Amino acid sequence: RRLCILKGIYPHEPKHKKKVNKGSTAPRTFYLLKDIKFLLHEPIVNKFREYKVFVRKLRKAYGKSEWSTVDRLKDNKPTYKLDHIVKERYPTFIDALRDLDDALSMCFLFSTFPRTGKCHVQTIQLCRRLAVEFLNYIIASRSLRKVFLSIKGIYYQAEVFGQPITWITPYTFAHDHPTDVDYRVMATFTEFYTTLLGFVNFRLYQSLNLLYPPKIDGQTDAELKPAEGKEYAMDSESYLEKLSALSASLARVVAPTHEDEVEMDEFPVEGETAEQMDTRKKEQEALEKHKKLFEGLRFFLNREVPREPLAFIIRCFGGQVSWEKSLCIGATYDVNDPSITHQIVDRPRVEKQVVGRYYLQPQWVFDSVNAKLCLPIADYFPGVLLPPHLSPFVTEQEGDYVPPEKLKLLAMQRGENPDEESEEEDEEAEEAEDDNDKEEEEEEEDESEKEEEMKLKKMEEEKTQSNKVLPVKVTAGKLRLEDKQRLEQEQQSEEKRLAIMMMKKREKYLYKKIMFGKKRKVREANKLAAKRKAHDTAVKEERKKSKKARRA
Amino acid sequence: PHPPLTPFPPALLQDIRNTVGNIPMEWYQDFPHIGYNLEGKKIYKPIRNKDELDMFLEKMENPDYWRTVQDKMTGADIKLTDEQVDLVHRLQKGQFGDVHFNPYEPAVDFFTHEVMIHPVTNRPADKRSFIPSLIEKEKVSKLVHAIKMGWIKPRKPKDDTPTYYDLWAHEDPNSILGRHKMHVPAPKMKLPGHEESYNPPPEYLLSEEEKLAWEQQEPAERKLNFVPQQYQCLRAVPAYSRFIHERFERCLDLYLCPRQRKMRVNVDPEDLIPKLPKPRDLQPFPTTQALVYRGHTSLVRCLSISPSGQWLVSGSDDCTVRFWEVCTARCMKTLPVGGVVKSIAWNPNPTICLVAICVEQSVLLVNPCLGDKLLYGATDQLLESYVAPEEERVQPVQWETATMEEHSKGVRLVVQHSKAVKQVTWHGKGDYFASVVSDNSNMQVLIHQSSKRWSQNPFRKSKGLVQRVLFHPTRPYFFVATQRYVRVYNLLKQELTKKLMTNCKWVSSMAIHPGGDNIICGSYDSKLAWFDLDLSTRPYQLLRHHKKALRGVAFHKHYPLFASGSDDGTVIVCHGMVYNDLLQNPLLVPVKVLKGHVITLDLGVLDVLFHPTQPWVFSSGADSTIRLYT
Repeated sequence: RRLCILKGIYPHEPKHKKKVNKGSTAPRTFYLLKDIKFLLHEPIVNKFREYKVFVRKLRKAYGKSEWSTVDRLKDNKPTYKLDHIVKERYPTFIDALRDLDDALSMCFLFSTFPRTGKCHVQTIQLCRRLAVEFLNYIIASRSLRKVFLSIKGIYYQAEVFGQPITWITPYTFAHDHPTDVDYRVMATFTEFYTTLLGFVNFRLYQSLNLLYPPKIDGQTDAELKPAEGKEYAMDSESYLEKLSALSASLARVVAPTHEDEVEMDEFPVEGETAEQMDTRKKEQEALEKHKKLFEGLRFFLNREVPREPLAFIIRCFGGQVSWEKSLCIGATYDVNDPSITHQIVDRPRVEKQVVGRYYLQPQWVFDSVNAKLCLPIADYFPGVLLPPHLSPFVTEQEGDYVPPEKLKLLAMQRGENPDEESEEEDEEAEEAEDDNDKEEEEEEEDESEKEEEMKLKKMEEEKTQSNKVLPVKVTAGKLRLEDKQRLEQEQQSEEKRLAIMMMKKREKYLYKKIMFGKKRKVREANKLAAKRKAHDTAVKEERKKSKKARRA
Repeated sequence: PHPPLTPFPPALLQDIRNTVGNIPMEWYQDFPHIGYNLEGKKIYKPIRNKDELDMFLEKMENPDYWRTVQDKMTGADIKLTDEQVDLVHRLQKGQFGDVHFNPYEPAVDFFTHEVMIHPVTNRPADKRSFIPSLIEKEKVSKLVHAIKMGWIKPRKPKDDTPTYYDLWAHEDPNSILGRHKMHVPAPKMKLPGHEESYNPPPEYLLSEEEKLAWEQQEPAERKLNFVPQQYQCLRAVPAYSRFIHERFERCLDLYLCPRQRKMRVNVDPEDLIPKLPKPRDLQPFPTTQALVYRGHTSLVRCLSISPSGQWLVSGSDDCTVRFWEVCTARCMKTLPVGGVVKSIAWNPNPTICLVAICVEQSVLLVNPCLGDKLLYGATDQLLESYVAPEEERVQPVQWETATMEEHSKGVRLVVQHSKAVKQVTWHGKGDYFASVVSDNSNMQVLIHQSSKRWSQNPFRKSKGLVQRVLFHPTRPYFFVATQRYVRVYNLLKQELTKKLMTNCKWVSSMAIHPGGDNIICGSYDSKLAWFDLDLSTRPYQLLRHHKKALRGVAFHKHYPLFASGSDDGTVIVCHGMVYNDLLQNPLLVPVKVLKGHVITLDLGVLDVLFHPTQPWVFSSGADSTIRLYT
């Protein structure tokens, strides 16, 4: 089993399940014979055997209390390396990057484990080191793209060598360790993943001309050194801590020149039109801009804010960040520094506010990163009811439900500013206390929804048609017009139905399945829209009521 | 040299030492005595009548109260002497009990670090201290032997390659093995949607009933493996309790889940719909309901139409046969027959005006006396001109002429069968007709000749329950539909020519194309099978248009149309073009779904029939009506 995990061997679904299973249909897992033979060739099998023998000998020596034997055995402890397996499983670097998702998630999880029980302390420390190294790389290369605060943890997505890498980190709380989880399996996975991540990190650092293992940049290092010595006994530990503070930039093998700034030469690809070129160029520009989102801003993190993720994100987009000295080492400036532009606060009220900086809730950072622009800060003041936090991983397709906040965001990205308008309208509406106005406003919000609804209606009509009662109208002329259209539509739909009748059985099955899926999607979208509408009306009612109460 | 710990006050002369030994004194708690003295007499507890107040007073007044102790063995109060108090103090301080004990006596060195000129002991040295040790030699030789034999290996040189190096420094394309091409990479974890946010838009939160439904679902079939929740701010977000679980499940998936490449069908559903000619281009066909023939009081089981297309005859469960004028829906005549009418057939010969009606065990040949007087007169004459043959032949049935009373109603001949008759059908020429008897023997199908009043039993053996029989319109073929097969017999050669597999469970009805090369079979399992007799014995196409059992199918005489009626109350008219070119397959297109019949007793349409000349279709239903669609 351990070998399967390390070598990445997985069961296969046989083509003829019954044949393979000798007639019975009981669920069993099947491995390819070739895979198993492949496993037997593995040199690491012998290493495992040696290790087993070593453990047996050691136990025996302990039992006989032959301490010299124990010492000798421990001295000759067999070790194994997974390098060749990594190389074999991922013949190219890109392959390795593609499979990095799980490795990262696992390492981040293990690095948050307590240092007692469950798994070896060395593993945890190694995981922590590798995770921190990876974060530092991401900062140095500024390749973070998306972040998402979910109830499970924080999702990050970075783009490394064109490969999107997504990982999740749990919130920093103590884990309640479940009993029905086999930690040995997880530990085996982690063993492999740490090896993989180590090599990947090495390669990544090399690609950026950074030293590996990472060194903090010279001058800051010298400044920090004396202070560290007093507080921390172990040098290596303090070093890791410093690194994990994520505040200092890393030393480079070659001093950074202006190479990066040099404009990339454009190689027009044949068959690519000018438009495509343009769009590509635009994308490039947008990306550059996104990378420098927080350039020139100075952040200060309050005590109650999760330090590591925020520091990581802010640094990834070029901002400067600091925190209280007592919280963690590596703080670069003080609360009272007048040059701070933003202070991240997660408490309902701030006692003494300093003029000249914005006090914001942490969601602002996340939302800004996802929106690729610095969002208006008004919604994110401390104690304010926050706007919903949307997932950046969802790309709405045609016909999907799009939350109104997302629409607003998209509009903002396009450069419009619907926020103010709607706000103004909101105020007007409130002043007038007229229901019509509100409806208008609603309409504006729901424009796209309406389009969808129209589409849905059409579809439904096609489905159920014929039996529907005609809407009674007063004017005769209009009625006829409707009738004609309707008739035509009816005819068309009937034709379609008749054609569907003539489909072959298999095709009909497929068709029905597809249509069912579509209908379900539409239904879900409708449900969400209806829910939203109900919620909005409820909120509006509430507001009205409170206003009335205030007036009375 | 310790003083006794519990010295007795010298004032007490008598020896009251307790003899109970070293036992917990609580055992004597409930007794008046607390033990026995040396003579075996009980030692009584001293009378204690001091209450709290006395105790307090004593504490206040007695200056020696602090040094008064109760002896547990005797129960007497003892006042400690000064030495004893001193001892207690010293013990409390952790000092030695004896005042005179000095723990810090000067140490006497037996050995010094300075080498002395004389040995400490006077014993001469052993011999073995001058010769090499045998035991050591043995040990060393063992080790040497072990090294020689390779049992003990020299310490391995420390591996000083760095833990991490550039593993992919030189990627060679040859290292990409076949394995990697076959490798199915694990699918990535699903990316989170809006509903997983810590502060999702309000519509993604579950309502109460949704939450309840979520809880009641099996964990495996839940769509989301968490409940969306909303937190006001980031600091309120708790840890996700199932995080480790999820990672673990992912690990299990990675190494225990069978992987398989799945081809996703990526087709536009519209492309799946076959391209058929538009029904509009295939006109004429019946589209709307034109007339409803009312009059029957029970299910109308069967329909038939005169060859001219002017008269319609219907048989019903109310034991009557009604004759209708097609154009006006007027009931011309009602013939009570005294039994449920199972089947009815108008003679297809236009010169003979005769209707065969199945009533219970007999087939009635009725002259309806409608239309041209000459025509039906001629028919009567034809029947009367029958001359009985000299020798009476043995017949499976009895032919009887109608009585006077019956004659006046129109009944001319009665063919008495031994069992109930299910179906009757005419040959195209109008002389022969076949009847089906519900029986299991070989007598199921009988062929009668009306002009000679003569019947015969064509089959020697029964091949199953016969459902329908049919004459080929032009050639001497005879179709017999049993439950699952249709057998085609050549009547001239008297042999089986073909056996058609219908692929249905139970054939209910059958009709033949006027060209004679195609037949359709309706079945109770709601299928309609179209056979091309030239093509194969299997259906050319199996149509599953109806939702319920088919009861009747019919072909149009001239137009390329066929219709099927079913229990779901609909009649589906299809365009069934048969080409003269043998290479071209027939074209089947459904053109119209006709509704109108009300479903009663789970029965809808019982029979369908086309008008012989017009593209009209009649249907009789369980709602005791007959409808005409034009």
